[in-house]
Amino acid sequence: MSEGNMNLTLKVWRQKNAKVNGSLETYQVNGISEDMSFLEMFDVLNERLVSEEKEPIAFDHDCREGICGACSMYINGRPHGPLEAVTTCQLHMRSFKDGDTIVVEPWRATAFPVVKDLVVDRAAFDRIIAAGGYVSVNTGNAQDGNAIPIPKEEADKAFAAAACIGCGACVAACKNASAMLFVSAKVSQLALLPQGQPEREERAIKMVAQMDAEGFGNCTNTGACAIECPKEISLENIARLNREYLGSSIASTVA
Amino acid sequence: MSWLTKTLSSSIGKKVLMSLTGLFLCTFLVVHLSGNLQLFYKDGGYAFNTYAVFMTSFPPIKVISYANYFFILFHAFWGLYLEYQNRKARSVRYAVVRNSSSWSSRNMAILGTVLLVYIVVHMGDFWYKYHNEPLPYVQYTSDVRTGQIVANEMPSTYTQDVKKVEISDLETGVHLVIVKDLYKEVARVFQNPLFVLIYIVGMFAVAFHLYHGFQSAFQTLGWNHPKYTPLVRGISTWIFAILIPIGFAAMPIFFYVKHLMGN
Ligand code: HEM
Ligand code: SF4
Ligand code: FES
Repeated sequence: MSEGNMNLTLKVWRQKNAKVNGSLETYQVNGISEDMSFLEMFDVLNERLVSEEKEPIAFDHDCREGICGACSMYINGRPHGPLEAVTTCQLHMRSFKDGDTIVVEPWRATAFPVVKDLVVDRAAFDRIIAAGGYVSVNTGNAQDGNAIPIPKEEADKAFAAAACIGCGACVAACKNASAMLFVSAKVSQLALLPQGQPEREERAIKMVAQMDAEGFGNCTNTGACAIECPKEISLENIARLNREYLGSSIASTVA
Repeated sequence: MSWLTKTLSSSIGKKVLMSLTGLFLCTFLVVHLSGNLQLFYKDGGYAFNTYAVFMTSFPPIKVISYANYFFILFHAFWGLYLEYQNRKARSVRYAVVRNSSSWSSRNMAILGTVLLVYIVVHMGDFWYKYHNEPLPYVQYTSDVRTGQIVANEMPSTYTQDVKKVEISDLETGVHLVIVKDLYKEVARVFQNPLFVLIYIVGMFAVAFHLYHGFQSAFQTLGWNHPKYTPLVRGISTWIFAILIPIGFAAMPIFFYVKHLMGN
């Protein structure tokens, strides 16, 4: 299967489960093609480990086309590796050089406990969405496209926020393990559109409360999240979340 | 919990308290610098010493200065508490980290701690002495017609019960003022190169803290706008991280150089 000529040294975090300590293990991988994706390189290594009757490395992946948000590797000190606006599955070996040493770690956050090796439990994100990241109306038949006019700029901003795939790279990149970029994208995509208005106040308050309860850190506006986000979610969303949250808290009639 | 305590104890609320106290301290720095620029006047310290009396006796200013002490302490301890929580949010550290954020933004707590130490030293140098120690007094005689001011040190045994003694003789046009000579104390402290160095280090901490801090406070309050954010960032860099720290650092350097040149 491997027909390339790149030889690499991998240092990969191995950890049996959440209860035991893990450590970095070194693997030599040879004959890697520069056209392989980063995950395909892991497939090659895992096939070898299986044939050697060793435990393969557990890592999350699903779509392998940059849209599901499952893949989550912290590569050489950066979530999703050296490129910007790219997920791990869309990262190719041509971004590395023959002879490189590559260190691969799981996302590190108290709210994302390691399940095994490079797999972390991101259920905290699901619980934040469950706290308010939805619209609870029956949408019924599709409306006429122009029945509710939405300014182009607002629609574009909502669309850009909706590009968030919930991968958690923002948390992984942040020195405070803050989930503000994720939550701000999820609050923004609904706050900007008419369908999101009925639950707008409640949503911001409940999602922030859940985010805090999960043990994510406090945002100090370092901006690392937006730089590392594979979907280029902008910091303007965090400012909007702050406005939504503070405005809702002040205006809400719930004492 | 009422809605207010709930809001302020959320992660966003805690940050709002940081940003409001931080911005208050930023305004304080502007006022403090403009007032202290009077140290550069060639009037034997007349403007500076009478300004010091005004700042420590005019009731509204006194209220603001007590608020200021409180906000510094609150901002410092609240910031360290946030830093503690943020470290807890990443209990296992990475083996390799390649940062994409600014150094200032990652080191606010360390810069803040340097600032806190600096503020304690600084208050000990001047504020404590001004309020609690028998500083010598100085007498300024000014001629209302020519505007000329002459400074005369009072004998070291001289004291007065009020902060400022002021006598005007309308006939001769002579105006006489006796106040504590804080100006001289400032000049004396900055003869010591160690203090000059401490103050310069302090101003580096101000510069880096505010390079990130000033603009960050606006983001925390939800103000991020394509038209105005570049301006806020510009003020953060050029005014708060460059102009203001240089303005403050110029004072110890000025007095030290003056001392080296023999006056
Ligand atoms: C003249 C004194 C000071 C000024 C003008 C100042 C100003 C500021 C400003 C404007 C911020 C940004 C707030 C935000 O991002 O919303 C900030 C953040 C911060 N300050 Fe200060 N500060 C001062 C002293 C201190 C001291 C003495 C400490 C600690 C010992 C400190 C610790 C912090 C920390 C840890 C942050 C980051 C907190 C966060 O972003 O959540 N500061 N400061
Ligand atoms: S904001 Fe970006 S980095 Fe964070 S979860 Fe969404 S896509 Fe991933
Ligand atoms: S595997 Fe779906 S985004 Fe990478």
